[in-house]
Amino acid sequence: MSFLTETVAWLLDPANWVADGGIPTRLAQHLLFTLVTLLVAMAIAVPIGFLIGHTGKGRGFAVATSGAFRAIPTLGLLTLVALWVGIGLNAPFVALTVLAIPPILAGAYTGFEAIDRKIIDAARAVGMSETQILLKVELPLGLPLLIGGVRSATLQVVATATLAAYIADFGLGRYLFEGLRTRDYGQMLGGSVLVILLAIVLEGLYALVQKLVVPRGVTAGLPTNIRGGSSRSRPVMEPSIEEGKNHVHSE
Amino acid sequence: MFTANRGRLTLIGAVAVGAVVALAGCASGDPLAEPSSSAADSTIVVGSQAYYSNEIIAEIYSQALEAGGFTVDRQFQIGQREVYLPDIEDGKIDVFPEYTGSLLQALDKTAVGGTSAETFDELQAALPDSLRVLDQADASDQNSWTVTQDFASMYGLTDIASLTSVTEPITVGGNSELETRPYGPPALQEKYGIDIAGFVPVEDSGGPLTVKALVDGDIQLANIYTADPNIKTNNLVALSDPDGLFFPDNVAPVVSQKVDESAAAILNEVSAALTADTLVDLNSQSVNDQLSAEKIASAWLTKENLV
Repeated sequence: MSFLTETVAWLLDPANWVADGGIPTRLAQHLLFTLVTLLVAMAIAVPIGFLIGHTGKGRGFAVATSGAFRAIPTLGLLTLVALWVGIGLNAPFVALTVLAIPPILAGAYTGFEAIDRKIIDAARAVGMSETQILLKVELPLGLPLLIGGVRSATLQVVATATLAAYIADFGLGRYLFEGLRTRDYGQMLGGSVLVILLAIVLEGLYALVQKLVVPRGVTAGLPTNIRGGSSRSRPVMEPSIEEGKNHVHSE
Repeated sequence: MFTANRGRLTLIGAVAVGAVVALAGCASGDPLAEPSSSAADSTIVVGSQAYYSNEIIAEIYSQALEAGGFTVDRQFQIGQREVYLPDIEDGKIDVFPEYTGSLLQALDKTAVGGTSAETFDELQAALPDSLRVLDQADASDQNSWTVTQDFASMYGLTDIASLTSVTEPITVGGNSELETRPYGPPALQEKYGIDIAGFVPVEDSGGPLTVKALVDGDIQLANIYTADPNIKTNNLVALSDPDGLFFPDNVAPVVSQKVDESAAAILNEVSAALTADTLVDLNSQSVNDQLSAEKIASAWLTKENLV
């Protein structure tokens, strides 16, 4: 039997959908674990990224460390942490958080950096406090890139969360390990398909969220400016805001 | 990318199409099929499991063969038996260090086992005609059901059957395949009536993570190989197995027809020198002293005057 028919047969087998370690349970575990990991990674990376983006300080340090973090092999880190804290979900949780931080951090500070400095200066000039600049100007304008970072982190975590099954009876990775060890390639590929589908669904959700969070001022008028073509375009304000045009107070 | 709107749907579509195409590719061909080996005919391919101790033995075979004038192609760390057995049967690997009982059970699910000599004879009969097993060594690396010393003394455990007297829930830990092996948790339940509360996958083949889980009490029962120096260093107890739940697992090379009599004689000499204590000692040099398989093998061969 070919792998494809085995895979379809495995996916359609009702026994795989009801049992204790059935597909719905594992799918829910996988999703929950991914979300918790992302939330914790965001709680760590977003404030740091905002700080770097707002002050412009420590960028070199952040680039270097997050680059180094990205290079850590997740399975190696997981084994190392597990040798310290033991089996279970703690070790994969730490390893995946480390995996998720760099893209989120990068998204947070590049989002701020991509903002035209003139806008920040203008905000300061009209008397906004630093907090107001952060919350009312930088945050909304930097949000699309931040969500982009979270999106890329999600994709990595949802795929790599399969490693949790290395030391725990948890998540969709169990199908991969069990299938690999017992040469049940239908099960292995079936598990992979489920991970892929989950990733695609999450991608779809992010596409939607990213569309919604782009501020009106950025989208209105000239959306072509902010669409990713071949060149790296930056979100910019609508061109109607130009010096000396709309900011003249009429008295 | 980040701010693209229209391109996004196209991208998702492209990914979906790509996935379908990739899967369809699986349907038409076996992605694991390999072109037949192009290595020169005189080269002997030595394989090993993804298990450090097995690699040491494979390295010993390789160096001994090289000292005898053969050219060796090392194909080490090829996963578990389920993965490499088809390659041995196809003649892609010429020499593989094996464990008699486990290999027998993999080849013949109905095998009865018995003493080490009986198991060896059964294995010879069970192997396909293209393969043969050379002399087995005294050294063995058995599967075992292992507990901590504390756990053993608390319930007075000596052999596997005595696990019935344990009153707390027993969680078993080990590789995924352990769950379905003939000596796995279901066998404990059926043969001895031992209640197994659960199975926790720890995918490192009885390695440091499994040992730690056992010592920490995350699991109570693990499959640790008896030649593992961790049993001694961590005060573990391998429960004795009077009923032969596990088959005797003596180390023996499984070889293809490419291995001629002079090569076979070299391997037999190695097996004759490989005692049970030797294997634990060699493993300990890897686990505790962090020496490479290459160094361990050459030091031992020199000491035994085999090269």
